[in-house]
Amino acid sequence: MTHILIHILLVLLMPPLLLGVIGKTKAFFAGRVGAPYLQPYYDIWKLMRKGSVFSETTTWLFRAGPIVTLSVAVTASLLIPLGNHSAPFSFAGDMILFAYLFGLARFFTVAAALDTGSSFEGMGGAREATFSCLAEPTLFFALVVLARLSGSLSLSTMLTGSITTLWPDSAPSLILLAGSLFIILLAENCRVPFDDPNTHLELTMIHEVMVLDHSGPAFGYILYGAAMKLFVLGAFFLHIAFPFKAGDPFLDWGVFIIAMLLLAVVIGIVESIMARLRMVRIPQILVASTILAAFALVLVLR
Amino acid sequence: MNPATDGSLSTPLVMLGILLITLSGVPSLFTRKNAGFGQKLASLFVTAGAICGLIGAFSSIILNRSETFIIAWGLPFGPCEIALDPFSGLFLLPVFFISACCSIYGIGYWPAAEHAETTRKVTFFFGLTAASMAFLVMARNMVLFLVAWEVMALSAYFILAAEDHKKEVREAGFIYLAATHTGTLTLFAMFALLHHVTSSFLFPAAASIDAATPLSAAILIAALIGFGMKAGLMPLHVWLPSAHANAPSHISAIMSGVLIKMGIYGIIRVVSFFSHPPLWCGVLILAAGMTTAVLGVTFAMGQKDMKRLLAYSSIDNIGIIAMGVGVAVIGQATGSSTLAMLGMAGALLHVLNHAIFKPLLFLNSGSVIHATGTRNIEAMGGLARAMPATSILFLTGTIAICGLPPLNGFVGEYLVYLALFSGAKDGGGSSAAFMALAVPSLALTGGLALACFAKLYGTAFLGLPRSTDAEHPHEPGGTMLAPIRVLAFLALLIGLFPLLAVKLLHYPLLSWSPDLAQSGLTLSTLAPVTWITMAGVTLAVVALILYVCYSRQLKSTSRQTTTTWGCGYVRPSARMQYTGSSFTETLVHLFKGVLRPRGKEPELKGYFPATREYASNIPDLVLDLIIIPVSRGIDFGFSFVRKLQHGEYHLYILYIFVTMVALLIWAH
Repeated sequence: MTHILIHILLVLLMPPLLLGVIGKTKAFFAGRVGAPYLQPYYDIWKLMRKGSVFSETTTWLFRAGPIVTLSVAVTASLLIPLGNHSAPFSFAGDMILFAYLFGLARFFTVAAALDTGSSFEGMGGAREATFSCLAEPTLFFALVVLARLSGSLSLSTMLTGSITTLWPDSAPSLILLAGSLFIILLAENCRVPFDDPNTHLELTMIHEVMVLDHSGPAFGYILYGAAMKLFVLGAFFLHIAFPFKAGDPFLDWGVFIIAMLLLAVVIGIVESIMARLRMVRIPQILVASTILAAFALVLVLR
Repeated sequence: MNPATDGSLSTPLVMLGILLITLSGVPSLFTRKNAGFGQKLASLFVTAGAICGLIGAFSSIILNRSETFIIAWGLPFGPCEIALDPFSGLFLLPVFFISACCSIYGIGYWPAAEHAETTRKVTFFFGLTAASMAFLVMARNMVLFLVAWEVMALSAYFILAAEDHKKEVREAGFIYLAATHTGTLTLFAMFALLHHVTSSFLFPAAASIDAATPLSAAILIAALIGFGMKAGLMPLHVWLPSAHANAPSHISAIMSGVLIKMGIYGIIRVVSFFSHPPLWCGVLILAAGMTTAVLGVTFAMGQKDMKRLLAYSSIDNIGIIAMGVGVAVIGQATGSSTLAMLGMAGALLHVLNHAIFKPLLFLNSGSVIHATGTRNIEAMGGLARAMPATSILFLTGTIAICGLPPLNGFVGEYLVYLALFSGAKDGGGSSAAFMALAVPSLALTGGLALACFAKLYGTAFLGLPRSTDAEHPHEPGGTMLAPIRVLAFLALLIGLFPLLAVKLLHYPLLSWSPDLAQSGLTLSTLAPVTWITMAGVTLAVVALILYVCYSRQLKSTSRQTTTTWGCGYVRPSARMQYTGSSFTETLVHLFKGVLRPRGKEPELKGYFPATREYASNIPDLVLDLIIIPVSRGIDFGFSFVRKLQHGEYHLYILYIFVTMVALLIWAH
């Protein structure tokens, strides 16, 4: 029970901190002081009290988009094990629900974007739908590999149980998986080199361009939901890339928090040292990551 | 009828339902003056028949009743046996339910006042199609089965080609006829071989034929081709897109929701005759399912015609069903009851689910076409404002068909995924590899379906109207909305409480395979679907809380309304919106190897180029690029044979005489 409470508290409170750490890392690389670590919390709080501007083209769906996105992020966070602890919801096939919940969020984000009738937002929606089509198979390749390695059909046993013991024997396929999942982590969360959360040129954006017309509390929900998605997918990635367990249940939470912060630093470093890819390159990289994951599958099937 | 086993009321109720539905269109044939009355009477008959039939089918499924009846007939094809078992009962559910929904919808959608020429024909053959489908799943005699099959196929032709004064409808009808007859011919061959094996015209008992002989292989392949043609497995799907697009929408709904599932029924039934079906058969069905699913949705994505898009998406869903069947057969072949149960459960549940959300979408698209007068989504836009009820119902269908939680589409795909994952996890050899590969291809299908339906919904319902037709649409009437509402409710019910559906599948699964009954497995323990309810409820509660918060925040803060942000451009117009084609342009480009989009970019010269036109379309790979050119070639090559067909009757009779004499000489 305590651990479920810690799980829920971490999921609700920690995500914006990751954005703060990424921002600080990027500022360090750029030689700036940067915004405080807690800036994303201030931003979300500020947005919650702001007024809203609505386009006269929009319908109820435009308002529903951010609500669904955030509810999905919260529900999905209950399915993912954190650190060495199983998730509150854990059952055979939960990974399918996990992946498809994000599909629901994506559908509503794209629909809300199309609801404005703006060509820019249509463009963003089209890109989001296109690139996630290519990212989805990678995630499922990874899930098959993990299911086969761990002999389990539930995220909690798949990820917390045996990964540490599997590393020595199955290192090649796990390295391939970690690589492809890192690509997916960056792409799904709209980070450089796939998308730039800071860009201000509508023509080149993916996620930010879809939410151009959202304002006030709704935009706050979107920011918060996006941070939570980064947190949840980051936790998934860490299980494979950073499978160290302390042994003590409470120490494990500490290890997990530190690992998450390190991950945020790594993402910040990637964002600082890499340029954004040209739009036509993105599908190629995504397909490449799928093939990496397929290699991992071949290695475990042989 | 003589009951061969101790009878209950299930089968007589179903037979009464079939009789009522068969006769439903007859009164309308005699009401030339008042066709509207005949149409309403027919709906009443169909609904009453459907209620009888549903009670019968449900009682068979829930109480696990299997009954056999023999009708006395004098034909030399063995006893005329019909039977109701839970497995047949499961297929009866969509037949009866969707027939009633479509029939009621038809009153408002195809009113006799506006379609005086066709109403009576459509009403009569609608009843015949529905009744023959119900009869088909109960037939246990090969000849009886083929008769029901042909009645279904031919009466479906008359309803789908209702508007036969239009050229494209006639063409679609012709392709349908050609395809269905090719399929039936294969089925004749299949049943002939089966008769050769069993020396009886009766269906053999489940798991009674040795599958290892070459003859069995031929039977399985013929069944896959013949039934696959009806189901729409790629590359046998050629008739499906144009037939669904050109039929009246309530006919498309019943064809897509129910009729094509008869092919699936046939495949499963025939495979069930064999004890330990061969592994290659399962792998073949799985591979066909994967191809069909991915290519079906890829083609759907490129369409502009709303109903053509939905038709291709039916092909995609048939692919998902076939994947489930394939895994189940692999499970039987490798002796894994878990795989067999999960795979077949996924397939059967997806059959039911698709029979809910696809008619939901087709009937809604009928309302949209009714309101806007076009099937082209690029001419629509902003319908959500004028048609709020339709837009929410369509959205429900859209989310369900993308397989997203918390609607029913997800539950079926969840079971198929679970089967594939179990196979990939524990299996060995090539079958495990196939199942492991099927997982990402199902994921790809899901991703593409999302793009495809986001495009469909976004282009038609959101944004601003793109043409004057779409500016003043209207909500359909109550009799049209009511059946759609019921379908949407069912989609939500199964999505939130999948345990209901899982419990319903229990006896049909056991009656499909005797091995499963012995294994002692239960589906609800293999697939813990109550968790889906938990997650669905959590999602709903969180969304509700956020909704309340958001509404309060909106009330307490300032609120402005203005135009959509256009990078500083303040006079955006509807023509500047992203179109459906531009939405999927990148994906179509990525898949251009199979889609082969047609359309040449117009040349633009100078700063003020003259008006240019641009049109693009995506031809069907198999029909437009292979079958039609090849048929043209055959037509041209054999044109000399046509000299024999000159229209002079006395010479035709001479041909017959000459043939007979030749045969007589040959016989001696």
